[in-house]
Amino acid sequence: MFGLDKKDASLLLIVAALVAFAPFLLNPFPEGSAMAQFNAGYPDLMQRFVIFGIFAIGFNILFGLTGYLSFGHAAFLGVGSYAAVWMFKLLSMNVLPAIILAVITSGIFALVIGYVSLRRSGIYFSILTLAFAQMSFALAYSVLTPITGGETGLQLALDDPRILGSATTAEGNIPVPGLFGLEMRDSAELMFGNWVFTFNVGYYFAAIVMLLSFYLAIRIFRSPFGMMLRAVKSNQQRLNYTGLNPRPYTLAAFVISGMYAGLAGGLMASMDPLAGAERMFWTASGEVVLMTILGGVGTLIGPVLGAGMIKYMENIISKINSDILHSWFAFLPDGLEDLIVTMIYPFIGKGWHLTLGIVFMLVVIFLPGGLVEGGQRVAKLFGRKKADETKSAKTEPAE
Amino acid sequence: MDAIILQILNGLDKGSAYALIALGLTLIFGTLGVVNFAHGALFMIGAFCAVTLSKLLKLSHTVIDETRTDFLGNPLKVEVPYVYDIFGQSTGDAIIDWAVPLSILFAIPIMILVGVIMERGLIKHFYKRPHADQILVTFGLAIVLQEIIKYYYGANPIPTPAPQAFVGSFDFGALVGFEPGQIIYPYWRLVYFTFAAVIIGAVFAFLQFTTFGMVVRAGMADRETVGLLGINIDKRFTIMFGLAAAVAGLAGVMYTPINSPNYHMGMDFLVLSFVVVVVGGMGSLPGAVLAGFLLGILESFASMREVIDIIPGINQVIIYLVAIVILLTRPRGLMGRKGVMED
Repeated sequence: MFGLDKKDASLLLIVAALVAFAPFLLNPFPEGSAMAQFNAGYPDLMQRFVIFGIFAIGFNILFGLTGYLSFGHAAFLGVGSYAAVWMFKLLSMNVLPAIILAVITSGIFALVIGYVSLRRSGIYFSILTLAFAQMSFALAYSVLTPITGGETGLQLALDDPRILGSATTAEGNIPVPGLFGLEMRDSAELMFGNWVFTFNVGYYFAAIVMLLSFYLAIRIFRSPFGMMLRAVKSNQQRLNYTGLNPRPYTLAAFVISGMYAGLAGGLMASMDPLAGAERMFWTASGEVVLMTILGGVGTLIGPVLGAGMIKYMENIISKINSDILHSWFAFLPDGLEDLIVTMIYPFIGKGWHLTLGIVFMLVVIFLPGGLVEGGQRVAKLFGRKKADETKSAKTEPAE
Repeated sequence: MDAIILQILNGLDKGSAYALIALGLTLIFGTLGVVNFAHGALFMIGAFCAVTLSKLLKLSHTVIDETRTDFLGNPLKVEVPYVYDIFGQSTGDAIIDWAVPLSILFAIPIMILVGVIMERGLIKHFYKRPHADQILVTFGLAIVLQEIIKYYYGANPIPTPAPQAFVGSFDFGALVGFEPGQIIYPYWRLVYFTFAAVIIGAVFAFLQFTTFGMVVRAGMADRETVGLLGINIDKRFTIMFGLAAAVAGLAGVMYTPINSPNYHMGMDFLVLSFVVVVVGGMGSLPGAVLAGFLLGILESFASMREVIDIIPGINQVIIYLVAIVILLTRPRGLMGRKGVMED
C-alpha cells in the first residue's frame, strides 16, 4: 500500500487510527471525576502533540539516520513561525501559503547553516549548530526587532495589509487563521454521558500534515537515500574510500529535517498566530533532543512517542498540586499520607522538570534505544510476538 | 585610549569566569575524554555553596532584651545569630560580612566530593559509550541538579553581597596617570580577576611541578602506557575530576557578588564555556585560558557604543561568530593538540 511493505503500512495505519481517535483515547475519564485531570483530550494539547511529533520526526531524520547531533534545531522552528506569521500579516489568513512559506524559508536557512556546520562532525558540529541557533536567537531578540517583534514577539495587528484576505472581520476584530473558511480554532463537542469529546479543526489539520510527514519519513527511511545516511552514521571513512562523497547526503538530510522543523513552526503559528524569539532558545533545541532520545533514536515511531510523552508530562504533571495529592492518598492514615505527599511533592507541579531529567537520565543509562526498546524488551519478556508496531520500528543503537 | 583600557578591564572579569569554567571542562576532557555538559551545574552549585554559608552564618535564635521595650511595652525580642554567641559581636559581624570569601573554604571539600561522586557514580560508566551519549547523560544530570537547587532555593536570584571592604569602585585611571574619573572599576571585579589568576596559576603549577601532576600529564598523553607502567591512572583521573569540579565551584563562589545566583546561571555559562573550549582547542589547557580571556575582552569591546553603531547587534553574537570562524579556519582551535578530537 502506498509503496510501503506490509509492516510499514500497518504501522502507518495504526498511527493514523490513533491520531484520528485521539479525542476519544486521550479522554478516558468522565468530566468532573477525580481522574479528569489526566485527560489530555483538549485541543491545545492535542495540537502540540502532533506538532512536536512533526518536529521530532524531522530531527530524527538527521540524528537517527546520520548520527549528527544538532543542538540548534529550534532555530528552524522559530524561523518557520516568523515566516508563517508574516504571511498572515501580508497575504491572507489562509494557512496553506503560510505553511508553504515557512517550509521554504526554513529550508533555505537550513541550507546555509548546514553548508557551514557540516564541514565538521562530532561535538564540533553540535557546537556549530548551537552557535548558529544562539546567534539567531540573540539577533531576533535585539537587532532584528522590525522583522521579529523583539521581546514582545511578532503579533498580528488590525492595520496589517493582508492583500488577498480582509484586514479585519465584520466586527472589526483581527481575523483568525483558517483553511478556506474553516477556522482553525473551531471545535465540535460531543457529549456522551459525563464524557465530553472535543473535535478541533486545527488539530485534525495538523494531524493530517503529521501523517503525511510520517509517511514521508517512512519512505526516506526505506529508500536508497536512507541507506546512504545510515552508511554515513556507521562509517563515514569507509564511505569515503568507496569513492562516495557523504557531504551532499548529510546536507540533504539536514535541510529536510530543517524543513520539518519549519513545518512544525508554521503549524504552531497557524494554531496561534504569534511567534517569539524564545522558540529559538537553545533549551528548545534541547527539548527536541530529549523527545527523540526518550522515544527511541533511529526508530520510526519513537520520536512521536517521545514528543507525546514530554508534552503530556509538561501539561499534566505540572498541573498536579499538593491538594490533589492529599486527596489521592486520603485513604491512608494521616501521618503516612503526609509522608508520601512530602516525598512525591518535589516531582510534581513546578518540579516536573526534575521528573523529566531523571526519566531522561534513566533512559540514556539503561535504555539507549528509548521507549521503543523498552517496549521490545517487555514484549520479549512475555515471550510472545508483539504487534507489528514495534517490530517494524527496528531499533538502531543510539550513536 | 582610556576607553580601550576600560573595555579590557571590563572583559577581564567575565573572561576570568569563562577561563575558569573552560579550564575545568578541558581538564575533564583531556583526562577522561568526557564531554561534560553538567559542568555549568557545578559552577552553579559552587555559587549556592556561598549562598548556603551566608544563610547558615545568619542562623539566629531569639533573645529577650530586658533593657529595651517594643511599642507595646513588652521586652524587645532580638534575633541573635549563633555566630555572636561563639565569637562575640564584632568578630561575628566580620564573619557574616566576609561570608563569600569564607565560602571558598566551605566550597572546596563539597565540590571535590560532588565531583568524585559524579565521576564514580555516573560518568565512569560512560567512558566506552559514544560522545553523544556522554553529552546526553550529563545534560540530563545538569537538568536534575538545577531542578534540585530550584526546589530548595526557589527560582529567584538570591543577592549575596561582597564584604563591605570591597563594595564600591576605585579610580583605576588615576593610578596609572590618566585624568581622574575616566576609568572607574569595581573592587570586587579586580578581586575576581586576581583570584582567577591565582587559581589558574595554581592548577598549572600543580600539573607542572608535582609528581602527581606529571603522572596526570603523562596519562593525558598516553593513558595505556601509563597504565602498563603499573600506575593506577583511573584513580588519579578521578581526583582530577574532583579538582575540575572544585575549580568550577570556586569560580561560582566568587561570582555571586557580581551576579546574584539563580538556578539557571550554570546553563547560561555552559554554552559560552563550550564555545570557549572549542575555540581554545579541545584538550589544551593554555588554549582554554587564553580563549576565555580573549573572548571575554572581545565581548566587552563589542558592547562599546561606537562598535554597536557601526554593526548593530554585534555584542550579542560576537562570541559565536568568532567560534564559527575559528572552527572553520583552524579546525583544531587556537592551541589544540594534534590527534585530539579532530574529526
